Amino acid sequence: MKLLVPVKRVVDYNVKVRVKADNTGVETANVKMSMNPFDEIAVEEAVRLKEKGVASEIVAVSAGPSAAQEQIRTALAMGADRGILVEHDGVLEPLVVAKILKALVAKEAPQLVLMGKQAIDDDMNATGQMLAALLGWPQGTFASKVEVANGEATVTREVDGGLETVTLKLPAVVTADLRLNEPRYASLPNIMKARKKPIEVVKPAELGVDPAPRLTVLRVEEPPKRQAGAKVASVQELVEKLRNEAKVI
Amino acid sequence: MAVLILADHDGSVVSQPTRSAVAAAQKLGEAHVLVLGEGAATAAAAAAALPGVAKVLLAEDPAYAHRLAEPVAALLLALAPGYTHLLAPASAAGKNVMPRLAALLDVQPISDVAGVVDADTFIRPIYAGNALATVRSSDAKKVMTIRAASFDPVPATGGAAPIEPVGAAASDPGLSRFVGAEVQKSERPELTAARVVVSGGRAMGSAENFRLIERLADRLGAAVGASRAAVDAGYAPNDMQVGQTGKIVAPELYIAVGISGAIQHLAGMKDSKVIVAINKDEEAPIFQVADYGLVADLFKALPELEAELAKG
Repeated sequence: MKLLVPVKRVVDYNVKVRVKADNTGVETANVKMSMNPFDEIAVEEAVRLKEKGVASEIVAVSAGPSAAQEQIRTALAMGADRGILVEHDGVLEPLVVAKILKALVAKEAPQLVLMGKQAIDDDMNATGQMLAALLGWPQGTFASKVEVANGEATVTREVDGGLETVTLKLPAVVTADLRLNEPRYASLPNIMKARKKPIEVVKPAELGVDPAPRLTVLRVEEPPKRQAGAKVASVQELVEKLRNEAKVI
Repeated sequence: MAVLILADHDGSVVSQPTRSAVAAAQKLGEAHVLVLGEGAATAAAAAAALPGVAKVLLAEDPAYAHRLAEPVAALLLALAPGYTHLLAPASAAGKNVMPRLAALLDVQPISDVAGVVDADTFIRPIYAGNALATVRSSDAKKVMTIRAASFDPVPATGGAAPIEPVGAAASDPGLSRFVGAEVQKSERPELTAARVVVSGGRAMGSAENFRLIERLADRLGAAVGASRAAVDAGYAPNDMQVGQTGKIVAPELYIAVGISGAIQHLAGMKDSKVIVAINKDEEAPIFQVADYGLVADLFKALPELEAELAKG
C-alpha cells in the first residue's frame, strides 16, 4: 500500500513572528523555516505504518518554493522513500493545495493520504478535509490513533469533550493531531541516505491547477497588547480585589 | 441575503459557540440555523428560541446521528444555493465539516473568523494569534467557521422562529461509520462556555496535585483547563488543553496556576476579561498579561485561596 504525505514549509514554531512594518504580512526573510510540526507527526505515522509492514512506499510531497525541498529531505531522512515538489513562489491557499494534491493522487494512486491537521502559519485547518471532498474520499481529521487493516482505517479523533472513533473505507485522508505520536529525529546515516533519494519537481500548471488565491490579504497587524496589571502581595488581597475591584467573584 | 449556521447541540440545547456564530451571522444577513441529528427536535426548538434567528431547518435522519463529515457536507451542499454565507462555530465538528463543504462548492474557506468587516471582508488570527489578518474573499459564497471568543453570544431565549423540516440529502455515501465515543462526563461547565476557568500548568507536578485545581474550580463553579505542558505530562486530559492547539477560551475570569505563559497558551486565553496568575517565578511571562499577579508557591497559595473564598 502506498502512502502520500504532504509536508509544508513554515516559519519554525520556536520563532517569535513579527508583523512587517508595512502591514502586508509577517517577516519571513532570514527566519528559520521548518516542516510544519503536524506534518512531521504525519510523516512519523507513515514511517511507523511502513515499519509495521502495512505500507510499502511513502511519497512525501510539498507545494511551495524551491527551498521546500529541504522539508521534503527531512521527510526522506525520517523514512519516506521519494519526494515530489510542486514548485510555486507566492501564496498557495488550501483550496489550491487540495487541487494539487488531488492531481498527484490521480498520478500516484495512494490508498491513504496522511497529513497534518493544520499548518502553524495560516492556521486554516482545511487542506485535508478539502482534499477528501475533491476526491470523494472519507476523512478522519484530528487523529490521535490510526489503525489500518482489511481495507479500512480506524481513526480515533480528538473532539470537543473527548475522543471519537470512526472507521473509514480506504482510500481515505487522515489528518494528524498532536498526540498521534512523537516524531523521531533523523539519524545522521539516514540524513546522508536521504540525499540520494529522488525528488521530482513539477509546476502547478503541469498538473492543470490554477494557483490564483481567492482571498486577498488587505492588512496584517499585531493583536492588541494586554497591559500587565498589578502584583498582589497575598491571597487575601487577591480575593479582595477580585470581589471589590474586578467584581468577578 | 440569508446566512446558514450549522448548529452544535447535545440533543437538547445548542452550544454557546453556536450562539456566538448566530451573533456573527446577524452582521451578514437573515440568520437561519440548521439543526441535524437523530431525535433533534428539542434542540431545534432551542435554536428557534434564539433571538434574531429567522428560521430553523431541522434535518432528522440516522445518517446525521454522529455528524460524520461526508453526509453532513452533502446536506449543506444541497442547501447552499439559498445562502450567501455558510457558517459554523470553530468547534471540532465545525472545523471537520466546513472545509469539506467549501471544496465541494469550489470556495476557499475562511477559518476561525474573529471579526466581520463587511459581507466579503473578515479578520482572522494567524500564527497562533500572534498576528491578525484582514482578508477579502472573491468567492461568490463564503464558507466560514466562527471563533466563539470573539463574538458575544446571543441569549438562549427570547426568539420564536418557525421550524421547517428538511429531507436528507442524496443518499449517505457510506464512506465512514461511527464506532464509538469516549466523552468526559463532568458536572463542571463546558470549558469554552464557562464564566470562570481555572487552569493548571506543569508546576502542578502530578495528576494528584492537579486535583487542587479541580477543587478550586468547584469552589468557583468554574471549568478546569490545563496548559499543553500539563497535558503532555499526563496531569490532565487533552480536552482540557487551553491554547492554540487546544481550546480558545474567553471567560470573565481566568486563573492560571503554575503556568509560565508560553505563546501557544496565551493565544488560547488572552481574550479573557480578567486574568489572574499565580506562579512562584516572578519573571514568568504570564505576569505580562495578568491583571492580578501573585508570586507565590502554588501549594501554599491554593489551599489559602480556597479557605479565603470559603469565608464568602
